[in-house]
Amino acid sequence: MSMTPELSPTTGDETIQNYTINFGPQHPAAHGVLRLVMELDGEIVERLDPHVGLLHRGTEKLIEYKTYAQALPYFDRLDYCSPLGMEYSYVLACEKLLNLEVPLRGQYLRVMFAELTRICNHMLNLGSHVMDVGAMTPNLWMFELREDCLNFFERASGARMHSAWFRVGGVHQDVPLKLLTDIGDWVDGRLPELFADAISLVADNRIFKQRNVDIAIVSKEDALKWGFSGPMIRAAGIPWDIRKSQPYDVYDRVDFDIPVGTKGDCYDRFMVRVAEVYQSARIIKQCLRDMPEGPVASEDRKVVPPKRAAMKTDMEALIHHFKLYTEGFHVPAGSVYVATESPKGEFGVYLVSDGTNKPYRCKIRPTAFSHLQAMDFMSRGHMLADTTAILGAMDIVFGECDR
Amino acid sequence: MTQHSAPKFADNAAPAEAIRAALGTVLVDLVDSHGEIAVHVAGQDLLTAMNALREVCEYQQLMEIAGVDWPDRDPRFEVVYCLLSVTKNHRIRVHVATNEDQPVPSVTGIWPVAGWLEREVFDMYGVLFEGNTDLRRILTDYGFQGHPQRKDFPLSGHVELRYSEEHKRVMYQPVTLTQDFRNFDFMSPWEGADYVLPEADKGEAK
Repeated sequence: MSMTPELSPTTGDETIQNYTINFGPQHPAAHGVLRLVMELDGEIVERLDPHVGLLHRGTEKLIEYKTYAQALPYFDRLDYCSPLGMEYSYVLACEKLLNLEVPLRGQYLRVMFAELTRICNHMLNLGSHVMDVGAMTPNLWMFELREDCLNFFERASGARMHSAWFRVGGVHQDVPLKLLTDIGDWVDGRLPELFADAISLVADNRIFKQRNVDIAIVSKEDALKWGFSGPMIRAAGIPWDIRKSQPYDVYDRVDFDIPVGTKGDCYDRFMVRVAEVYQSARIIKQCLRDMPEGPVASEDRKVVPPKRAAMKTDMEALIHHFKLYTEGFHVPAGSVYVATESPKGEFGVYLVSDGTNKPYRCKIRPTAFSHLQAMDFMSRGHMLADTTAILGAMDIVFGECDR
Repeated sequence: MTQHSAPKFADNAAPAEAIRAALGTVLVDLVDSHGEIAVHVAGQDLLTAMNALREVCEYQQLMEIAGVDWPDRDPRFEVVYCLLSVTKNHRIRVHVATNEDQPVPSVTGIWPVAGWLEREVFDMYGVLFEGNTDLRRILTDYGFQGHPQRKDFPLSGHVELRYSEEHKRVMYQPVTLTQDFRNFDFMSPWEGADYVLPEADKGEAK
């Protein structure tokens, strides 16, 4: 941490020194590589300038050089805390351009795993938020639950974090029945028990409330103006959830509630996420109950490759397999903006196709960009120590912010 | 016939009429394709159009500003604003075409969130925004040169970083590739790709 005293113009003959300090780029509460240049008057934040881009990897540029299928794994690496939530927008954008129908079982599986991803993401965020303001135990307990989620992802896709399991047209592979029953047992037993235990330690805790209640209050007007989405806009009191108002896949067939905050402070943002975990568990249960048998991916052989076993006996399957894994499929020319409700908010993909096998332009709309930009006005007038609570309640991951 | 399961928002017909009425002569074109409305306006009318869209048509949120580079077109760049109406549950896009030396009016006065979004388009494409008071680079390194999302910017970039034992610091050097960058052309010649046969361009000046 470096400190440079700065002379500021002031009233009277007194000279008050404002300090400019660096928060990060390496700081445990920065949740990644964030540099905050803060101007402080004593311990009060006067101005705050977030410097982002330290994790910029040129994902959008790389995607322009890959086929549509090859571009998919890049999305796992955006928000590495909720990989399937990132893939979702991209596959839906491609399907919208292709006007491709996804079989019902594929849709249910995607919704179910997207909700599992939401739980997984909130475990990390809620845990690290309470740790940022001083509590240790809930984080350890919630990481147990996150570990369970990652094990489920591994059993479905083979990879714990970077699943690359969603495909244009459905999902890569069906899941074993035992995995579904295990998820059902987990949602009924371990998740609500352990999670309720962990939250009971902080939700009514006096220190936790002192650190979060009335910190960084955001009004409805500000939330709209600053492009908030997800738990951030809901905590401000606007019941806006893309899953509900613009349903995709089978979200219109499942029943769930949208938790909203009353005040728009950090405590509301925390509690909205806590309530969302229970709603996600509800959606998972309904998916398990209603999921039909059948194919998990579209049967359109011009987009979805046939199974490898078919390739050994069927000439047509061999041709399709070869074509789809070398050239890839072509997407009709046009452009769409598709946004889904990722665990952190509206995650959008603006996809421009020129009719070839590679995206002409793939603009990724990260949730963190607009939230982090609002950090300046949210922190003004608060204490230096509050910035970690504000940052924790924003749920920012730099893989996604910097792309 | 809609078969895909992408997010379903309100029907396009009524908002399209409302936009036509609200924008009047400012509207250059309104395209409804793939189930989304794209509103084309001229750069100098952008603020009028955006104000009308926000106040009259109730598009309260600016979710994204995307730049697109079309090297063959004149003007070359396209700036795309993605708007969302939470009251009417509808999304539209507003397209503005511009050049490198032709600034686009900034919409930071209407939506403060545009500040960083415009900075990103400036960083990636070099499009200037008139009225944005903080038009610094945002995603690339301090002191970066060039605009990486332009189609003529190479994927490998121009410089790479390494730690110099001699100078005891991390420093830039021109990029060296041990293997040539391979960009496979998978366009099928049977599906109408416009191929130039090796014989056909013989003798032509490069």
